Amino acid sequence: MGSRLSLRGLALGYLTVLLVFPLGMVGYRTFEHGLNAAWNAATTPDAVHAFWLTLLMVAVAVPLNTIFGVGAALLIARREFRGKALFNAAVDIPFAVSPVVVGLALILAYGQPGWFGKDLAGAGIQVIFNPLGMIIASIFISLPFVVRETVPVLREIGTEQEQAAATLGARSWQTFWRITLPAIRWGVAYGVILTTARVLGEFGAVSVVSGKLVGKTETLPLHVQTAFEDFNLAGAYSAAFVLALMAFVAVLSMQLLKGRETA
Amino acid sequence: MLLPLAALVARGFGGGLDAFWRAVTAPDAKSALFFTIGASVVVVLVNAVFGTLVAWVLVRDQFRGKAAVNAIIDLPFALPTIVAGLTLLALYGPRGPLGIDVAYTRIAVLLALAFVTLPFVVRAVQPVLMEVDRDMEDAAASLGARSSTVFRRIVLPNLMPAILAGGGLALARCLGEFGSVVLISGNIPNKTEVSSVFISKQIEGDNLTGAAAVSVALLLLSLVMLLAVGAIQARRARRGK
Repeated sequence: MGSRLSLRGLALGYLTVLLVFPLGMVGYRTFEHGLNAAWNAATTPDAVHAFWLTLLMVAVAVPLNTIFGVGAALLIARREFRGKALFNAAVDIPFAVSPVVVGLALILAYGQPGWFGKDLAGAGIQVIFNPLGMIIASIFISLPFVVRETVPVLREIGTEQEQAAATLGARSWQTFWRITLPAIRWGVAYGVILTTARVLGEFGAVSVVSGKLVGKTETLPLHVQTAFEDFNLAGAYSAAFVLALMAFVAVLSMQLLKGRETA
Repeated sequence: MLLPLAALVARGFGGGLDAFWRAVTAPDAKSALFFTIGASVVVVLVNAVFGTLVAWVLVRDQFRGKAAVNAIIDLPFALPTIVAGLTLLALYGPRGPLGIDVAYTRIAVLLALAFVTLPFVVRAVQPVLMEVDRDMEDAAASLGARSSTVFRRIVLPNLMPAILAGGGLALARCLGEFGSVVLISGNIPNKTEVSSVFISKQIEGDNLTGAAAVSVALLLLSLVMLLAVGAIQARRARRGK
């Protein structure tokens, strides 16, 4: 019995030192000087602009990756085609690539010195140092989540119901909307939450392609860094607190979804 | 997605293999690369042990607040990396309430990497541990095996593939980690600078070719990691059948 308790103590101790203490600390530093000071630090024009830009990236990247993710998951779980193993592996690339490297790759493809830089500039499209590039970076970095959460669910539900629907004369899109989608919805939702959390918090890739123009291409995570480096600790902590709050909501919704899945 | 990566590889090898090799083995680049690999391996080993332990406690132990503990495991996945860096700096940096100041040291880098990769092994081991048949353990125990022996001979072999898979993912993540490290490490060349920070500095200094070369090296390392994880999973799947 004693060894069991000490194992529990060791595990919980590790979590406390690594997770609980630091998070409590950010909350403390944010509200150190009272609610008003925290509110003022969180609502400077730069911070508010960063907040809305972050939400914009979520609003664009998450739906696109959800549609792509479900499509790719269907391909992987339901179809056979040449190069499928390769496609399956390619989907995971963003997990293996450093965010900074993603940013650099985008610069080398779409930036001034890049492959398509001149053509894009000629067409009047600026990708790098512009929200457009940041959105592309976010999409890239958060691509695998919906796919990875949906594929196992698709495999598990099997194809019996889909085949039954097809023999009863349902068209393939009818089968998808009425049979497949309802069955995989919790898996997809889980992937969407992970995608959202990742896009909200993406730092490395966005930082490289953004050029860090304050009030223009600065997202909330970038704002944390600029504020910190300007010795504006109140601003950094309050922005971090807002982000941590959103992460907390994400984790909470993941737990709720898990409960629903098993119920 | 593949296009930008192709552009990256082309730029990395743009000056030929020779130039690539010279860029990767330049003193600053090399020390950053070695430090990144070393730190990643240490962190993954620590988290493999503690991750398995945490998973064990979450599956086999019963205590109040277990659901809450289970929920916060995912927090490092959801928390923006820059916030992770800031939180660690707030606690273990100057002016921290514990009087421990490791900011701008190599320990700080290890701390940040341990934080962001904590969930990988836990989440890989947990489901396997839930499914493991306890009859074997009970049988071993009834035959007089000590609990440490049971763990080493029965439980651990069953968990090993999951630990390796989770550890591989964690390692790939460590190799490329940027946001959580950038604030707390101080990015001192030859000391606390990791490869991703080195790359970002090269980009800011407009040395895109050097940045691309190190990026390609980093990319290859992580790809090898992921392929290894894939191979382990494939082998397990085959054995399962």
